[in-house]
Amino acid sequence: MKELLMIAIGSALVNNVVLSQFLGLCPFLGVSKKMDTAAGMGGAVIFVLTLSSLCTSIIYNLVLVKLGMEYMQTIVFILVIAALVQLVEMFLKKAMPALYKSLGVYLPLITTNCAVLGVALLNVQNEYGILAGTVNGFATAVGFTIAIVLMAGIREKIEYNDVPKPFRGMPIVLLTAGLMSIAFFGFSGLIR
Amino acid sequence: MKANTPIERLYNGIIKENPTFVLMLGMCPTLAVTTSAVNGLGMGLTTMVILTMSNMMISMLRKAIPDSVRMPAYIVVVASFVTIVQFLLQGFLPSLYDSLGIYIPLIVVNCIILGRAEAYASKNAVVSSIFDGIGMGLGFTVGLTCIGIVREILGSGKIFGFQLFEGGATIFVLAPGAFFVLAMLVATQNKIKAGRPEQKTSSESGGCSEAGCLSCGNKICESKRMLDEKGGKNA
Repeated sequence: MKELLMIAIGSALVNNVVLSQFLGLCPFLGVSKKMDTAAGMGGAVIFVLTLSSLCTSIIYNLVLVKLGMEYMQTIVFILVIAALVQLVEMFLKKAMPALYKSLGVYLPLITTNCAVLGVALLNVQNEYGILAGTVNGFATAVGFTIAIVLMAGIREKIEYNDVPKPFRGMPIVLLTAGLMSIAFFGFSGLIR
Repeated sequence: MKANTPIERLYNGIIKENPTFVLMLGMCPTLAVTTSAVNGLGMGLTTMVILTMSNMMISMLRKAIPDSVRMPAYIVVVASFVTIVQFLLQGFLPSLYDSLGIYIPLIVVNCIILGRAEAYASKNAVVSSIFDGIGMGLGFTVGLTCIGIVREILGSGKIFGFQLFEGGATIFVLAPGAFFVLAMLVATQNKIKAGRPEQKTSSESGGCSEAGCLSCGNKICESKRMLDEKGGKNA
């Protein structure tokens, strides 16, 4: 239990997926203009990442390792993730139209989110089992949501500021991300 | 310059449509591995090899791959080459393999590669696709190496491992430094662009400008969604 908690805190705060590992930067920079869309993206990422890390760790531990085909991991993971996102989308459309309405737009974007494949690969690299892998996926996604929602809050305020012209758009967002990244260094004492 | 000649492709990839500075593609590796010039160079060359081989393969197979399974087929081709290159690196350049780590398999989701497959290799002949891959890959290498050099000099006072001066601000080697350096580069570029009259960039570039790989992802998703709908109708 303690070990799982450590993994969760470690990947949600200390090694934040966006701010210290640079995974999932594209949605972080692209969908963080407004608070509610950012929260929607965060919700979709939590949903998909938890499911995908569950599936990929099951497949890795129960199929690939048994067959001695660990070298196929990259190919298998990316196909599993792409198929999973499609399935989730179809399932939500049929079974939970309300949830689909709020998350649906963000789902296809997630296939190209490198955080999903990144977590699957990190689970293998750190030799996490199925439970630890799933917890890691969930915590990583929570870390992503924290970062993107904070970023959206700051960007809504930046709108009212007088930013020097060359810095408008992407540069000021990158600078903000850099400062947030420094702030997240403060968490590094939480775990050792 | 005549279109689709090898020289034109190289010029296009390195200068006109430089993936890092002009198209702003592949931001994750750009920020993550550029802690030193050598790492940037290694990542750039690795990506170039994969991009060239996948462009060649996809261009050869362009008439054989049915339109409806185009994206999954490209992903499988790219992922296979990534796996091969990963093992080659592990075998022959273990130090580079260790420092790039998880970002080598993540080349699969680098949208420069899928973007070029979709925008160029699937429509053009083998030789010009190969040169397109080399050009774009060299452009990416130049971008990564530049950012790596800046970060290495500011962060540790070294360049390619040679000590220039003592000290340096360690923060530029850490995560925040990556954001700051890229922000400064983009701002500089904006400043230069603002002084020049608006230039029209060609439309076959994959169309990713400001939001970088997000719009690229969008595009891939759109085409995928379109195909899904088509597939749905057929089924």
